[in-house]
Amino acid sequence: MARTLINVPPKAKRGQIIEIKTLISHVMETGYRRNETGAAIPRDIINLFVCNYNGTEIFRANLHQAIAANPFITFFTVATESGTLEFRWTDDNGQVETASAKITVE
Amino acid sequence: MTHESESLVTRRVALIGAAGVTAFGILPLPVRRAEATPATMKAAIHQVIGESPVHKGKVTLDIPPLVENGNTIAMSVAVDSPMTETNYVKAIHVFNEKNPQPNIISVHLGPRAGKAAFSTRIRLADSQNVVAIAELSDGSLWSDTVEVIVTIAACLEYN
Repeated sequence: MARTLINVPPKAKRGQIIEIKTLISHVMETGYRRNETGAAIPRDIINLFVCNYNGTEIFRANLHQAIAANPFITFFTVATESGTLEFRWTDDNGQVETASAKITVE
Repeated sequence: MTHESESLVTRRVALIGAAGVTAFGILPLPVRRAEATPATMKAAIHQVIGESPVHKGKVTLDIPPLVENGNTIAMSVAVDSPMTETNYVKAIHVFNEKNPQPNIISVHLGPRAGKAAFSTRIRLADSQNVVAIAELSDGSLWSDTVEVIVTIAACLEYN
């Protein structure tokens, strides 16, 4: 579906609050625009973004048309243990894009 | 005499023309502009958080007050919360008044976030108020409102 870009610090101290930055390429078509023949361009947006940390959900966002193209979302989490952060984006057509990042907690 | 009648005709034509323009201006144009209003924003807020009262404070909504391009506007929301197991921010919802849709984003967090904050990039169709509402673990609701002036609106461009 799309290209993603994730920024998670590779190493963190236990209990440290880390910032996670995510970007995905997507048109986020609002459904309100028209093409050159006047036909409405159907809505196609990413409506859900979820982040799991070792299988536990730590962040979830419901997106609407007011989110700019190529959704960029940053948020925070406490580095609790070494493992994997999984990111999942779902769009209106049901297409799912995933990405993951490893973190080592000392 | 000739000169006078000529000027009369000109004036009449001008008057008819002006009347025509006015009439056209008053006629309801068959163009329906999708637009949320403060009322639909209220309805959307009501739908998401229910009847509970919303207090001012604790929430910091950070958007530049003057925006050149409405298609991409950096926005961040932070909530003053210790983010412990017993006192944390459950959700943050952001709404607008004048986009075609009143909702912008709803994020769900928990004590594991450590810090109740997020940032993203949004679209705004017009100069308007943007409202962020935080839902705390004790059920209380806190909000912040920012008035944003947009010079080039999103949603209006054609492909």
